[in-house]
Amino acid sequence: MAINKQMKKTPMPEQNPDIRASNFDEVATGYSEEMAVNEAKRCLDCKHRPCVAGCPVNVQIPDFIAQIVEGDYEGAYQTIKQTNSLPAVCGRVCPQESQCELKCVRGIKGEPVAIGRLERFAADYHMAHHEDKAECPKPNGHRVAVVGSGPAGLTCAGDLAKLGYQVTVFEAFHTAGGVLMYGIPEFRLPKSIVQREIDMLRDMGVKIETNMVIGKVLSIDELFEQGYEAVFIGSGAGLPSFLGIPGEGLLGVMSANEFLTRINLMKAYRDDYDTPIRRAKRVAVIGGGNVAMDAARCAKRLGAESVYIVYRRSENEMPARLEEIHHAKEEGIEFCLLTAPVQIHGDANGNVNMLECIKMELGEPDESGRRRPVEIKGSNFSLEVDMVIAAIGNTPNPLIRMTTPGLEANRKGCLIVEENTMKTTRDGVYAGGDIVTGAATVILAMGAGKQAARAIDEYIQS
Amino acid sequence: MYKILNKRVLNPYVTWMDIEAPLIAKKARAGQFIILRVNEKGERIPLTIAGYDRGTGTVTIIFQKVGVTTMLLDKLEVGDSLLDFVGPLGRATKVEGYSSVAIIGGGVGCAIAYPEAKAFHDAGANVDMIAGFRNKDMLMLEKEMAEVSDRLFVMTDDGSNGNKGFVTVKLKQLLEAGNKYDLVVAIGPLPMMRAVSDITKEYGIKTIVSMNPIMIDGTGMCGGCRLTVGGQVKFACVDGPEFDAHQIDWDEAMQRLSQYKREEHECRLMRGL
Repeated sequence: MAINKQMKKTPMPEQNPDIRASNFDEVATGYSEEMAVNEAKRCLDCKHRPCVAGCPVNVQIPDFIAQIVEGDYEGAYQTIKQTNSLPAVCGRVCPQESQCELKCVRGIKGEPVAIGRLERFAADYHMAHHEDKAECPKPNGHRVAVVGSGPAGLTCAGDLAKLGYQVTVFEAFHTAGGVLMYGIPEFRLPKSIVQREIDMLRDMGVKIETNMVIGKVLSIDELFEQGYEAVFIGSGAGLPSFLGIPGEGLLGVMSANEFLTRINLMKAYRDDYDTPIRRAKRVAVIGGGNVAMDAARCAKRLGAESVYIVYRRSENEMPARLEEIHHAKEEGIEFCLLTAPVQIHGDANGNVNMLECIKMELGEPDESGRRRPVEIKGSNFSLEVDMVIAAIGNTPNPLIRMTTPGLEANRKGCLIVEENTMKTTRDGVYAGGDIVTGAATVILAMGAGKQAARAIDEYIQS
Repeated sequence: MYKILNKRVLNPYVTWMDIEAPLIAKKARAGQFIILRVNEKGERIPLTIAGYDRGTGTVTIIFQKVGVTTMLLDKLEVGDSLLDFVGPLGRATKVEGYSSVAIIGGGVGCAIAYPEAKAFHDAGANVDMIAGFRNKDMLMLEKEMAEVSDRLFVMTDDGSNGNKGFVTVKLKQLLEAGNKYDLVVAIGPLPMMRAVSDITKEYGIKTIVSMNPIMIDGTGMCGGCRLTVGGQVKFACVDGPEFDAHQIDWDEAMQRLSQYKREEHECRLMRGL
């Protein structure tokens, strides 16, 4: 069959930036069948399959792409699903450019095959045309507890359920899904998609108990007492970091966690919900990751006239995905690069009215390998803003660590695990996702959940 | 679902409810809090635990009707259920090691001062309790508070119960009369707790207050409840809700409580409450 020699990816249809900047509907609207087949034909079906090696959950990429070429979209979905329990989610939020697509041979001379877009196409096709049929494997009589229902927990629970384990997932919030629900906005990842994946797990017999803060209402030890034979901890990133500059207590200063949770989980953007949210006119978001982009784009959608990303390094060092930076710019987010916040100023009522900044320049590389930003003396300037959002990361939540004897953490508070098994320092206790790595990606968390499921199976069966 | 098993009107603004929540009742201790949600589109609000019964598996909440959520909550009756009820969150009060404690409650804060008094009383401390209300129509929990304290002083702002004055007036009197306390616990509106803190600072008496800031998750994730204590950022949900009163940045804490004042007001108007 003829290879499509087109050097660039088949473009993804998107909502017009001017329109989407005032709604929460999905930005990218997805490939048509014709577009998908056209893009799928760009795949060279390389023998050595470098893309598969780049995928943390080993999706058999050339196989599912070949199925799309043949028009067997459902087959393509089933191929992905064999190793990836959340295709519709990963097709949207995975950083493909630094994983599978980075390794794609087509990427050497032109753009790589749009693997992520094709994955999403297959998943969306499946959801539109097929009822999910939950397979309920024969119970094997063993019980496992999963703490946290984000990507790590859901993946671990799904894989164990497939093996016949009776799995209970404990979620602290009133809704399952973790960061997929409270963190990533609707316009990047529609919540109905996440809900469908969770419903699917329920249909497979996974029990999900919300409102359960493990470490408080039940300890890990009590879970064992209740008869669970192993526990997986995927409780996610925890306490938001603040800037440590004067003025952080002013009204209108908040963490991206708070801002995004009010919007995504608590639906503050909808009139029929009671959740209060500050509707600011001019917003500064501090940070350069995906969370910063999400917060900035949400602020814009809530009606802010000006939204600034304030980042102390240059665009090259930004940890956010290129696509997110690109989308943010299209939507009119202004980037103040090589800029660090110095102080937040407020009015007589304690409301933020100004963010004082200083210009930076890049010096020698630091321990992360990125060039260290250095202040340029006397370059202070001010941004007139009425809201400041800190999106500079999280530190691990201490609730479980503090209440579980024998569970060891590193200096930063991240749980210590064995590399391939995700086994913690406590027998029968496994962990993965942000609680181990610090803030990272959905797919890495899923990879960890998968590894842990395998190790838990071996542990219980041995 | 978390069923309402008992409801008592304590005064025109304050309601008592016993909620069926056996797991939380089993673990709850004085000083901790829960987060609840009344309905699908409602807010999550934190309320300090006013009591618990491990036998019947109930947790008591006492709330004042001040916002949309507490107004909606108050409309529920025995047999109805709350959608969400999470806890016990926060750290429990350390009650051991004190011989003489003064517990001060202001208004609905008495709902929390009462279980604190009980906890110290049960731990063997001598407990003097000062409860303050706006007027005699607002009095509540008198019998309960009397049972768990060695001396109970009930004050009203307008003197309508015969004892006129703020709780701080009584506290000062007691201190000037030579009463010795190794701990003061104050729970109520921020200005009251701050005023108590100012007095005890002069006398060098360790003072604990229970903060009730804006929160979403209650597990340390949102940072909405942060306050400055001893120059450091603390999260009331995981580091508190009780803190050393003499270390709190009160100006900041009072300001932060008004974060969503306008939005709350609009929401109440829209819901016709």
